[in-house]
Amino acid sequence: MDGLNIPLNHILLVSSLLFSIGMLGLMIRRNIIFILMSLEVMLNAAALAFVAAGAHWGQPDGQVVFMLILTVAAAEVAVGLGLVLQVQKRFKTLDMDRANRMQG
Amino acid sequence: MSETIWIIPLIPLLSSVTLMLFGSRFKVSQIGALGVGSVGMAALLTLLLAAEFMQNQQVIQLSLWTWMEVAGFAPGISFYFDGLTLVMMSVITGVGFLIHLFSTEFMEKDPSYARYFAYLNMFVAAMLVLVMADNLLLLYLGWEGVGVCSYLLVGFWYQHNANGHAARKAFMVTRIGDTAMALGLLLLFTELGTLDIQTMVGEANQTWQVGDTVPLVACLLLVCGAVGKSAQLPLHTWLPDAMAGPTPVSALIHAATMVTAGVYLIARTHGLFLLAPTAMTVVAVIGITTSLMAAFTALMQTDIKRILAYSTISQIGYMFLALGVGAWSAGIFHLMTHAFFKALLFLGSGAIIHCLHHEHNIFKMGGLRTRMPVTFWSFMIGSAALAALPMTSGFFSKDQILLQAYQLPDIGPGLWMAGLLGALLTAIYSFRLVFVVFFGKANTEPDKDTGWRMAVPLSVLCFLAMVGGWFMIPVTEVFPVGDGSHPAHWVEYVSISVPIFGVLIAYLIFYSGRLKIDGLANSGLGKSLGQFWLSGWGIDWLYDRLFVRPYYGLANLLKGEPVDAIYGLIVALNQTFNHWLSVAQSGRMRWYLASMVAGLILVITLAANLSEGVL
Repeated sequence: MDGLNIPLNHILLVSSLLFSIGMLGLMIRRNIIFILMSLEVMLNAAALAFVAAGAHWGQPDGQVVFMLILTVAAAEVAVGLGLVLQVQKRFKTLDMDRANRMQG
Repeated sequence: MSETIWIIPLIPLLSSVTLMLFGSRFKVSQIGALGVGSVGMAALLTLLLAAEFMQNQQVIQLSLWTWMEVAGFAPGISFYFDGLTLVMMSVITGVGFLIHLFSTEFMEKDPSYARYFAYLNMFVAAMLVLVMADNLLLLYLGWEGVGVCSYLLVGFWYQHNANGHAARKAFMVTRIGDTAMALGLLLLFTELGTLDIQTMVGEANQTWQVGDTVPLVACLLLVCGAVGKSAQLPLHTWLPDAMAGPTPVSALIHAATMVTAGVYLIARTHGLFLLAPTAMTVVAVIGITTSLMAAFTALMQTDIKRILAYSTISQIGYMFLALGVGAWSAGIFHLMTHAFFKALLFLGSGAIIHCLHHEHNIFKMGGLRTRMPVTFWSFMIGSAALAALPMTSGFFSKDQILLQAYQLPDIGPGLWMAGLLGALLTAIYSFRLVFVVFFGKANTEPDKDTGWRMAVPLSVLCFLAMVGGWFMIPVTEVFPVGDGSHPAHWVEYVSISVPIFGVLIAYLIFYSGRLKIDGLANSGLGKSLGQFWLSGWGIDWLYDRLFVRPYYGLANLLKGEPVDAIYGLIVALNQTFNHWLSVAQSGRMRWYLASMVAGLILVITLAANLSEGVL
């Protein structure tokens, strides 16, 4: 682990940047596909932070959690895409605001 | 007869209930027959009872059943009958019958004929229970019963607001006295363990000495009740207003029977009062003060019924004086004669009002002597008896009271003088009424004369008012007998001559006009004094300021429920927060997310700032 030694702070900075981008996407996007993608970005940002922390302290736990997040993300996408299909089928749109049935 | 005296109050009660339930289905003549017949039957039975009592002088004690039984407290529905009860029963059923008969003509055109007789019969039944009761609790039942009937009958023409107001006033003012009386009953029961009047008085004489505090307090509480019912100072204000009821009602309830219930109560419990001489003095002073106050007020009134109302208050004052000086039988005697002549006067005024298009103002009458001769002679005889002119019934009774008052040590002569002043005023105001109404020029023409159903009761009462003074009331066994001494002869002569003098004054002022009082009446002092007397010594005004207005003020203050305002504040706060929070609950996912992020950033910032020292 000599050659490439990036400081932890930098990785965490990238990770939080990714997380913020994902959250911003979640907040401003209307298309459900993009919302799902933003979610993926957020999950990966969190996973990156775990991996970096694991590498920094020389612990395997970080990579274990990364594997878990990967699985959860896969499952989430599977379910999420299934929902996307249903939404498209019922509302004939992927615009989340138009599919909103809640009475404010 | 002795085993069946319970029938006497039962008959009017049954008739009353029948009229209440089925009155609307009866014809007017049937209602009248039932209403009058039931009281007539009671009167007849009382007459039989009286005949029997005159022969054997037998006191009847009849226990029907036990009313209730709680921890040694077992008042019975039981009756006690002696000379005093007989006098009261005779007055109630006898005078009551005549007034019922009079009512059949007086109320003939009234749409609520059945209701009227139902109430009136109910009153007779309650009053009979009151005087026949063996224990104070049953007496109290009758006492409240007559109070309710009085309320219902004063407010009989309830369509007018003022009548309802008068009825409520009558009910509430007497309720003050009744509450005190209830306290008195409770005190007597806790101290003596019984409310049976005869047992109780015997027990009291063994437990207490003359002048002890407990009998004094108990007696004063009973006096409070009597004062309320009998319209004495300071609770007399309801009686003049109670004239809002039909006139026969005023005759029966507010002159002859109910208002004398207080006198009966004190006479019935005289054994207790003998243990509390202070209470007796209080009764005498209340009596004479009320008597004078009411007599002065009666001088100034212009409403014929209010004159008679104040004169009733004044005459009951004499009865209280008699009770206070220990002249028990004289007090009861005056009660009886007063029932005769005051019922006569009230029925006479009822006849005038009936025939004169409901006119009440005496100065709008005048000259009725030739137009309504029966009424004129009724008023002549009634006023003569009221003024206690010699040989009338009122003369005998009032004379006895005044002479016995004179014999009381210390305050006796003072009471006598005040009583004489009252007698003088009585003569003046009663003959003022006669001269103004029946002589002079006619101001209103009567549209009819009295029918036989009015004339007969008036004639019978005329007879009674004349000869009632010769009756011997059988109460010698009931009350302790005085020493039988007589004051000096000049005292009697003065007592006889004062009323005659009063009539003379009334004659000079109101008939011949020789004595001019206009100058006196229109002078500054005379005017304000007259106004003062006219308003009943300003007592109504005083009570209005002292009790009624503060009460209304308080009620108005509490109407907005200030205590609830605290809870109202909590509710208002909740609603405001709810409003704010419901704005946040917009249903837009994006806003929820944004606020979550904002909150997250806030929390992280805070956590970072706080942990700076740690890291």
